[in-house]
Amino acid sequence: MRKVAVAGVGMTKFGKTDKSLVELFSEAAMEAITESNIRPGDIQALFVGNCLGDFAEGQANIAGFIASELGLPPSVPATRFEGACATASVAIRDAFMWVASGFYDTVLVGGVEKILHMGTPLATRTFAMASDSRYEEFSGLTFPGVFAMLAHMYAHKYGIPLPVLKERMALVAVKNHKNGAKNPLAQFQKEITVETVLNSFMVADPLQLFDCCPFSDGAAALVLTTEEKARKMVQKPVYVLGIGQGSAGSLCRQKDYTVMQSRVASARQAYEMAGVGPGDIDVCELHDCFTIAEIVASECLGFFEFGKGSEALETGETAIGGKIPINPSGGLKAKGHPIGATGAAQAYEIVKQLRGECGDRQVDGARIGMTDTLGGDASTIVNLILGV
Amino acid sequence: MSFYKLTHREYFDALKEGRLLGLKCRQCGGYTVPPKACCDGCGGTDTEVAGLSGKGEIKTFTVVRVAPEGLQAPYIVAMAELEEGPWLMGNLLDVDPDRAGMDLIGKKVSVGHRVVQMNYTAGEGVTPVFKIIP
Ligand SMILES: [Zn+2]
Repeated sequence: MRKVAVAGVGMTKFGKTDKSLVELFSEAAMEAITESNIRPGDIQALFVGNCLGDFAEGQANIAGFIASELGLPPSVPATRFEGACATASVAIRDAFMWVASGFYDTVLVGGVEKILHMGTPLATRTFAMASDSRYEEFSGLTFPGVFAMLAHMYAHKYGIPLPVLKERMALVAVKNHKNGAKNPLAQFQKEITVETVLNSFMVADPLQLFDCCPFSDGAAALVLTTEEKARKMVQKPVYVLGIGQGSAGSLCRQKDYTVMQSRVASARQAYEMAGVGPGDIDVCELHDCFTIAEIVASECLGFFEFGKGSEALETGETAIGGKIPINPSGGLKAKGHPIGATGAAQAYEIVKQLRGECGDRQVDGARIGMTDTLGGDASTIVNLILGV
Repeated sequence: MSFYKLTHREYFDALKEGRLLGLKCRQCGGYTVPPKACCDGCGGTDTEVAGLSGKGEIKTFTVVRVAPEGLQAPYIVAMAELEEGPWLMGNLLDVDPDRAGMDLIGKKVSVGHRVVQMNYTAGEGVTPVFKIIP
């Protein structure tokens, strides 16, 4: 396997937009291509992450239209990837393997989503399609519902009184909004307090509105290439050190999902490939679709013991400047969560952090960073470890 | 001949008649509910259709207050561990959503069913429901 580098990255501002899916992706892609000092004609394959384009815009089969929009030659294969909220990370992992194997030298990969115009009922319905349609959707399960049940299970399992856990969960939102306030591309650039969270309306008990990430529009993209080519293209290539992907079935078959086996397996693959452990990670962008989700993810990735992740919010260990800064971008919570773009936006932030380009939200001296993206109810999990 | 001993439609039809069916593994003895192509415990395919007691215990729950298109909130979604081991997701009935609290966890329940019509599905759906055993 060859060493694979990220040459350039691009990302749109997250939030509401009138641009189309094709336009959003192309905007992020052109930035990544320009940053890489190459031309669209240098791209040998296009990997597009998009989850809900069929329902959002009546657009299936979007990849070819994006290739055309970008002026890629007819010989360039363009392929759509889907893995619910992990969509873009699945695409990045695949793109990595094609370059690592030697089949392609330079590829463009990213993700795009457009949700806000759909309205909450349809958006909630289409998000729920990422859970088991035979056996679990008919209960009216929603994504807040999945993580609401997780919060209750977590509080019961570890004997943490629900009000105590809720306050620590609120601190996840407070931290991520504080970080997001320093990110010009974030959907929400405003700090909040614990009271903001605890006074917001109940979405799925015990999750309130500010425990939940928003619906978002946006796109992000990366140019992946060989080490040799990257050195010629840019000053500071960032390398893909490790990748992992895991799978799981219906939530009921996962039983106690406070420990997500697909995530533990995925993270282990990525750590082993990179030859590092959780203690070596300087900065992490992980899947905080809900406040409890950040706590559980931080344990599955090995940053904290199982059952101890929520305490880290009180000690500030996951803040910028703490032991393991988590979601300096603002995370899904404040930066926004255009689901098919999220994995690429996480990689974008880690690349910028490792290059030292994050301004007020920079994690000093970060050399190894990790992403963690969860699709559906943990049925798809992807981890990437990047380094300089 | 179908490979499947119990398809999702046959499982739904039995639920509608008040019977909770699953697969019992001849290799490891474990139960797989809802059914799938192989044993959920060992991956073996030497399974037979078996009736379950339809009794279990609530492991977790939520009150959904923002519903997907086509459904009316609030309602309770819960997961129960069946006496035979598998977990099941369904709706908890006969509990006021505004009085649903942590004390529900551990409550003994019996399994019933509810027929559901939703958009974008392949036909009628059937979901398990739970009722607390007094
Ligand atoms: Zn078995």
